[in-house]
Amino acid sequence: MGKKTLIALLMVAMAVVLFPLYKSYQGNEELTKLGQYYADNGVNDTGASNLVTSVVVTYRGLDTLGEVTILFLAASVISFFLSFKKEDRNTNRNIRNITEILTTSVKVLVPIIYMFGIYIFVNGHLTPGGGFQGGAVIASGTLLMFLSNPDFKLNHKIIHTVESISGIAFVAIGVLGILLAGGFLDNRITGLGTAGTLFSAGAIPLIYIFLGMKVGAELSNVLGIFVESQNEIVKIPAYENNKSIREEK
Amino acid sequence: MTTGFALTIIGLYGLLSQKNMIKIILGFTIFTTGINIIMVAIGYVRNGIAPILDAEGKEQLSNGATIVDPLPQALVLTSIVIGLGVTALMLAYVMKLYQDKKSLNINDYKDLKW
Amino acid sequence: MLIVLAIVLGVVSIVGAYFAVHSHKLTVAIMATGLVSMVAAVLFLLLAAPDVAMTEASIGSALTTAIFFFTLNKIRQTNG
Repeated sequence: MGKKTLIALLMVAMAVVLFPLYKSYQGNEELTKLGQYYADNGVNDTGASNLVTSVVVTYRGLDTLGEVTILFLAASVISFFLSFKKEDRNTNRNIRNITEILTTSVKVLVPIIYMFGIYIFVNGHLTPGGGFQGGAVIASGTLLMFLSNPDFKLNHKIIHTVESISGIAFVAIGVLGILLAGGFLDNRITGLGTAGTLFSAGAIPLIYIFLGMKVGAELSNVLGIFVESQNEIVKIPAYENNKSIREEK
Repeated sequence: MTTGFALTIIGLYGLLSQKNMIKIILGFTIFTTGINIIMVAIGYVRNGIAPILDAEGKEQLSNGATIVDPLPQALVLTSIVIGLGVTALMLAYVMKLYQDKKSLNINDYKDLKW
Repeated sequence: MLIVLAIVLGVVSIVGAYFAVHSHKLTVAIMATGLVSMVAAVLFLLLAAPDVAMTEASIGSALTTAIFFFTLNKIRQTNG
């Protein structure tokens, strides 16, 4: 069988390629020179306590710009592909029952989740966290609202506006870096405060706020497209004190 | 470190040899997760502390501990988010293809073979 | 102590990956992938990387599994 031997050959080749890396890994005892430079001068150069944040935004800022572009491209291609027409909305629709625990607990949990997500990306330079983590937590909160409420439709205009403005603001802060300080996306455009307080590290909190809003809006948009592409009826069971059964759509 | 290698190889095997299209995409996810574990494990220093230097991090640093390398962690952060975007795109393609031909077997899509 | 935990988690993730590739039902395979992502998030924490662990736990476990289940539901619905 030609196909199975080819697969086995590819696996052996991959194992042979990865084997020297495995052999020479002894768990290094000391940092490399670049890591030592980051450890010594990272806090003084950028003013942020979180070293991974300062690497992502300042020392490697162009990579973050490329990643934002890729996310935008993926979201726009998905929304182009998955636009179902109206004519298969009338054939057999499925019925899904929602339990009462979900609808009640969502009303308490969702504001706390949104506030937690915003807290994560505002304090990106002090504690572990940052723009991407905060955006993912906001998207999980939106997913919970989709699963429990049949009426919840995203307002596409607001999401598109938020996403576009955040993207433009991110590039504008970078260009301001050229005008006022060293280079593109430098964060010395405002003064560096003392490390460890909230208003420190120059432009890093501003960049992370726009990044967190953009990633959160984009991932919520992708989830909204996936949910709207399934046409289903959702039935909420009768409450004892409301006495109403609603069938939607 | 060993876990990363084993996950990579199992994910690659699943990617190449399955016929159901959704299982191929699951193989992609396991493969990228394995490679991310390898990349973070390269930057690990023995008995190192996390690279966050607030007040008590600085006092641990002056006691003689070293931090782990922060550069691979920044790259892996980007890679995880892009992996999610690519997986969502592949699943959108699968949904559209299924609407056309009603089959999830990859051997049925022979339009580009010579 | 931590090394024992790392070895146990490694074995759990390898078993989960084997189930994801070789099972006949798609639902079991998707849940096994979610399990592998969650174990990888704990392994990132043992390797002293809290940022990466937070990202992998929220994106790999919650969002990827949710998107897979939405696709499966749509496919089964169209088939009847």
